[in-house]
Amino acid sequence: MTWTWFHRLGSPPYIYRLAGRLTPWFGWIAAVLLLGALFDGLVLAPPDYQQGDGFRIIYVHVPTAWLSLMIYTWMAVAAAVGLIWRIKVAHAAAAACAPIGASFTAVALVTGMLFGKPMWGAYWVWDPRLTSELLLLFLYLGYMGLRASFDDLQRADRASAVLAIVGIVNVPIVHFSVIWWNSLHQGSSLSLTGKDTIATPMLIPLLLSMLGFTLYFLAVVLVRLRGEVLRRERAASWIGEVVAP
Amino acid sequence: MPEGLTPPLTAARLVITRDLTLAFRRPEQLLHPLAFFVMVTTLFPLSVSPELSQLRAIAPGVLWVAALLAALLALEFLFRDDAQDGTLEQYALSGQSLTWLLLGKTGAHWLLTGVPLSLMAPLMGYTLGVPAAASAGIMVTVALGSLALSFIGSIGAALTLGVRRGGVLLSILILPLAVPILIFGSRATELAIRGEAYVAPMELLGAIVVLSFTLAPLAAAAAVRISLE
Amino acid sequence: MSASILRAENLHLWRSERHVLKGVELTVRGGELLQLTGVNGAGKTTLLRALCGLNHLEEGRVYWNDQDVRADRAGFHAALVYLGHEPPLKPDLSGVENLRFWTGMRRRVTRAAIDEALRSTGAGGFGTRPVRTLSAGQRRRVALAGLLLAAVPLWLLDEPTTNLDTEGQHLVATLVDAHLQAGGLAIAAVHHGLGIEPARLRELNLLA
Repeated sequence: MTWTWFHRLGSPPYIYRLAGRLTPWFGWIAAVLLLGALFDGLVLAPPDYQQGDGFRIIYVHVPTAWLSLMIYTWMAVAAAVGLIWRIKVAHAAAAACAPIGASFTAVALVTGMLFGKPMWGAYWVWDPRLTSELLLLFLYLGYMGLRASFDDLQRADRASAVLAIVGIVNVPIVHFSVIWWNSLHQGSSLSLTGKDTIATPMLIPLLLSMLGFTLYFLAVVLVRLRGEVLRRERAASWIGEVVAP
Repeated sequence: MPEGLTPPLTAARLVITRDLTLAFRRPEQLLHPLAFFVMVTTLFPLSVSPELSQLRAIAPGVLWVAALLAALLALEFLFRDDAQDGTLEQYALSGQSLTWLLLGKTGAHWLLTGVPLSLMAPLMGYTLGVPAAASAGIMVTVALGSLALSFIGSIGAALTLGVRRGGVLLSILILPLAVPILIFGSRATELAIRGEAYVAPMELLGAIVVLSFTLAPLAAAAAVRISLE
Repeated sequence: MSASILRAENLHLWRSERHVLKGVELTVRGGELLQLTGVNGAGKTTLLRALCGLNHLEEGRVYWNDQDVRADRAGFHAALVYLGHEPPLKPDLSGVENLRFWTGMRRRVTRAAIDEALRSTGAGGFGTRPVRTLSAGQRRRVALAGLLLAAVPLWLLDEPTTNLDTEGQHLVATLVDAHLQAGGLAIAAVHHGLGIEPARLRELNLLA
């Protein structure tokens, strides 16, 4: 039963149509959540007793940083699926994720820099978490650069898949860097199992923001996925039905 | 494994022997990465400061950056000739495990590039004001780091086979993965230069080496097969 | 060698968006030569590489001795030798050294056996010179010696007579014939026939 569902996900026309239907939902809900988070975070939440109003940038910084790691993970998983089982839709998904993940990483770095100046007195420090996040950006760019260097799309898919899988080692490094090394960057405020170390009125807009950015990512990646699927299925017969000449 | 087939270790040894033989028939090629290493190192006293005390402070970093760049330069040629004359194809069709063959090939590459670099490094360190007593430490750290670099670099070299201007792309791909080697390696070298115990970063470097020579040939073999398709 | 058989069913392969192999089927038995003909670009090399497993087949199966080759890739590779357009010889090594490495990948081989093989392909006189000093025809003779030394039942040859004069072409025919007589099989991409007797010959013409 579940395997039929999985096989359908591998069918390009099915994915194309499904993505088209889901995008508006994700997009609008994301817009609502992000506006809500913006209002709550900028207006309603109280200022931090140590950092004043400067801390509010975490409502952008934390979700984008978290997503930069998650997107890479999903990209690597999709690439692995495409590589092992030779499923074109999986390769299309990995290709679709990359530029979005790179953008989120860049935003995380920049918002982090804007946060760092008032917090630590410097825009940039070479601490483990910042450095490994910067390396993550280089990995994304390298992935995109490798893809672009092949004319043959199939070779581009497969070679970049190997790179994505190899680069996954960086994700746990970024995540655990604050635990393994003495880092300027603060530790996790959110925990799935333990007690959160952040006050509830500040937590709500953060959660809204995380969810909002995630849905935003899903909306955008589905749009890109459709484009990547079309690229790979240029010669297929079902194209004529869905794309007007 | 098919019966009667040469054992993987013997096949790997054959690959190493062949690559070493070929390299010594054209010994000038071995000098290129070394020359590059020397030249890059000399750029720092010329551009930063000829003050030995200042140079001594930046010596570990300079040596490692120069060694990294020289190693990246040499990696471009790891598979190039074999890919062009059909040898890689024959490796893939030999009935042997491509992973073992690449393990041998990359090992030979390290013997030809990493080891000379690690022998040259203390010399260049001396020109940067590093005490001669630190020579052994420098050699060991650079040798270990360049070993890890050869293996991690083999993945990049395999991925960029046949790509125009592949050398630059190779460097861009490898750099994020090579940074941990750089960090721990230069830290170990720095401690060695100061005469302190450098066991801790060496152990981490050693762990990276072990991880890289067990996992990298697998990834490189996959990448080679992809390039042959 | 017991009777070997290579079978391929419904092979489909795309190169970028070009449908290069469109449902190719073939059967070759021990003692037979399959000649692949077709214009340049028809897919002869692609088919040979697909049979080896170098190129990925979108659809179709290849069977070696009635076993799907994907079940035991290494075993299949150990039973075949593939000679492409360019002989895989290192220019800075001699013919003997090249063969020692190439064959050594598969099995132990003595210097005497190498010399013997070189003699039978007419390369005995220049086996110890670096390959870069040899002409294209001489290199091909060295490569053909490698074929003999491989001692495998299946030969996959891509234009084996390239760069050879008439005498050389006759040599290839003789070698293939001897191989077939011993029960081996061969698939060769050619532009004109090798001159094997019709009883042992099969033909497959690939359409562009």
